[in-house]
Amino acid sequence: MGFISSNRNNEQLLSKIATNDGHGENSSYFEGWKAYDSDPYHSTQNPNGVIQMGLAENELCFDLIQEWVQNNPKASICTAEGANEFKEIAISQDYHGLPEFRQGVAKFMGKVRGDRVTFDPDRIVMSGGATGAHETLAFCLADPGDAFLVPTPYIIQDQVSRFDRDLRWRTGTQIVPVVCESSNNFKLTKEALEAAFQKATEAKIRVKGLLITNPSNPLGTVLDRDTLKTLVRFTNDKNIHLVCDEIYAATVFNQPGFISIAEIIEEELYCNRDLIHIVYSLSKDLGFPGFRVGIVYSYNDQVTSCARKMSSFGLVSTQTQHLIGSLLSDDIFTEKFIAESADRLAKRHEIFIKGLAQVGIGSLKSNAGLFFWMDLRRLLKEPTIEAETALWRLIIHEVKLNVSPGSSFHCSDPGWFRVCFANMDMTTRMSPHSPISSPLVRARN
Amino acid sequence: MAIEIEQPRVGLSKIAVSKTHGEDSPYFAGWKAYDENPYDEFRNPSGVIQMGLAENQVSFDILEEYLEQHAEEASWGKKASGFRENALFQDYHGLQSFRKAMASFMEQIREGRAKFNPDRVVLTAGATAANELLTFILADPGDALLVPTPYYPGFDRDLRWRTGVNIVPIHCDSSNNFQVTPQALEAAYKNAESLNIKVRGVLITNPSNPLGATIHRSTLEQILDFVTIKNIHLVSDEIYSGSVFSPTEFTSVAEILESRSYKDCERVHIVYSLSKDLGLPGFRVGTIYSYNDRVVTTARRMSSFTLISSQTQQLLGSMLSDEKFTGNYITKNRERLRNRYEKMVGGLRNAGVECLEGNAGLFCWVNLSPLLENQTRESELAVWEAILHRVKLNISPGSSCHCSEPGWFRVCFANMSEKTLEVALKRIQSFMEERKITSG
Repeated sequence: MGFISSNRNNEQLLSKIATNDGHGENSSYFEGWKAYDSDPYHSTQNPNGVIQMGLAENELCFDLIQEWVQNNPKASICTAEGANEFKEIAISQDYHGLPEFRQGVAKFMGKVRGDRVTFDPDRIVMSGGATGAHETLAFCLADPGDAFLVPTPYIIQDQVSRFDRDLRWRTGTQIVPVVCESSNNFKLTKEALEAAFQKATEAKIRVKGLLITNPSNPLGTVLDRDTLKTLVRFTNDKNIHLVCDEIYAATVFNQPGFISIAEIIEEELYCNRDLIHIVYSLSKDLGFPGFRVGIVYSYNDQVTSCARKMSSFGLVSTQTQHLIGSLLSDDIFTEKFIAESADRLAKRHEIFIKGLAQVGIGSLKSNAGLFFWMDLRRLLKEPTIEAETALWRLIIHEVKLNVSPGSSFHCSDPGWFRVCFANMDMTTRMSPHSPISSPLVRARN
Repeated sequence: MAIEIEQPRVGLSKIAVSKTHGEDSPYFAGWKAYDENPYDEFRNPSGVIQMGLAENQVSFDILEEYLEQHAEEASWGKKASGFRENALFQDYHGLQSFRKAMASFMEQIREGRAKFNPDRVVLTAGATAANELLTFILADPGDALLVPTPYYPGFDRDLRWRTGVNIVPIHCDSSNNFQVTPQALEAAYKNAESLNIKVRGVLITNPSNPLGATIHRSTLEQILDFVTIKNIHLVSDEIYSGSVFSPTEFTSVAEILESRSYKDCERVHIVYSLSKDLGLPGFRVGTIYSYNDRVVTTARRMSSFTLISSQTQQLLGSMLSDEKFTGNYITKNRERLRNRYEKMVGGLRNAGVECLEGNAGLFCWVNLSPLLENQTRESELAVWEAILHRVKLNISPGSSCHCSEPGWFRVCFANMSEKTLEVALKRIQSFMEERKITSG
């Protein structure tokens, strides 16, 4: 049933927000998705299809969760055991959220950090995924035209979470990049921060905060203690906010361990806690992107209160709150899950890294995340974005791997690619890395 | 030893410090009084009875029965990979089966008088998100939407807070049962013009909250003609459409478009939700149904900030695809709401209190203007406080709904048991008798 749409009318009839490109979807990088969608790999039905390695999803531990769900029918209101709570759960629309949900999430966040810090359930505020959490914080902390400093490379081209859209589209806030380079393994330095802040100031852009992702997407690395302290001092001195996206906290699978901003502020006692905010989600650590569980955890009472009011626009379904609350309050399960998940990620990561090393392909040393940062600089005809794009097209159409080019993450050095390794379960893996390595060897020669 | 360091106050956004979230209004203050002293038949029989919450609790047994019989499909289905696939599903198009089910449920409510295409259904976490999202898409900061008064207090937040858009009221009064007139539409438009504010659309709620009445077909035609002439949008919030006591008394804007062969339809958008008709506000299920392709595409992208949990889509998709179940539910729900309404109106009449003739929704629009000392907002709030603190009933004053005529109150009747409703009616009767004695 089609309607004759008057396009001329549309341009005048819709808002500026609706007619601009702030959603970020017109980028040419959707080519990779299209290639995958039209020719998806399947071990038996389509062994020559495109393998999806551009999606940062965690599919390694569903068996553990499925087992738990089957053994705990009360957690699901659709079962005979859980149905008597149906009404109470279905009518609860309090934006504070179900107490057991908040308690479960707070406890899980603590466990993921080795119980080195505790989280207050009363500071747990819901949002529509991490996507919603970032937008909510931008609405709370900044006015249109204000900016956040964001270290590069950062996630801008992923199917779900994209800072360009989340931070900018409806809030009108800007991103000022803090350039990190391969020459020092993309370390975030005080000089780079100062340079970015200076640049913004000169352009008469008001900087309201610094946004970091730790563990990093796309690098798969964690920030060390010194860097974290530097960040706290920097933001404190400039009196700007520090937003820490810690959605990959439970995907740390090797040393060095994960240090959360929550731990640092216990050590840096002079720090103004009103500036500190954490974004969390269950989409990566648990593998539940469909359930839309985003969390804003702020140490600032006013922000917590404001974000909570805004959560009316993106509450988590109470049916899901109930399931998650039950799941995460089961300590035996969560401890086993966190350990097992890290173990499986470590093994998967090792298979890929070793396999690539055998054909002379390196990557940034990483210990976290659902991906690694592959170094193909040597395969570029020249160190430019165009050459990177050409190589990327080759990888998609001939090697048949959908990986993500570094330029889609605003990386300043061409030739890096993000490769996701946790979005297919063990049984669909073909023989280790053969589709990856041989054509890449061809491309190199 | 802690050292007190003078911290510079860190700035938050203008949005964060504004009061446009509206939570300081009496609408919410009454809820606080209820929270502090909630009525319970046995444990707190003299507590405050909540009549300010438009919830539908009359038909839960029907839902529970369904779940008992269909537990497997409603959760992860029979496939072994059911849980995993569902947990991973984050496509902002939403589960196709769920969109189909929503479209067909909306058709059933309108008894097939309008057709809905699942590909035009955009999913949001509740109608709260749907209304805000549409406002972001249809208007720029500083622009206005025209909204008939009285209106749902939450609109002040949903349409204005983060969007920066204004609400310019279309004044309606009791002289014609608060129906919208072409004169009122024109006056509102001119009012906006005089304030140099650009009007981008009209937003109506049909059936109306707080009136509890459907909009006449002829009025809908007039509104549609008005927006067409002015070349602006029409948003029709139809979240109470399944709560109309008699299905033939509801005309959806969709039916009018169909009768006009969808001419000029791309300015029309419908908001729906399952919070009222199915009584599931906790599940956060809202939709935008737009006849404008660009709006559908943009709304879908924007819904990334407010998607419905895939777990819930699965549950409700299976429930709403069962047409025998939905048909039975809709019929019984209407009947039970009508019975409640009649009980309410009857009880009020016995107490000498009149209400607007209603035919839908979860509440009555009650006329307490005879109780007001003066026909002013202050007097209305004085009566409201007396009812809250002495009669221990939380009802919503018309001023919080921006009603231009003081003395009207919204009183909900579907969020409690019948017994509790009887207690509430008795309290009202005693209160009115007391007033007769003291003033007589």
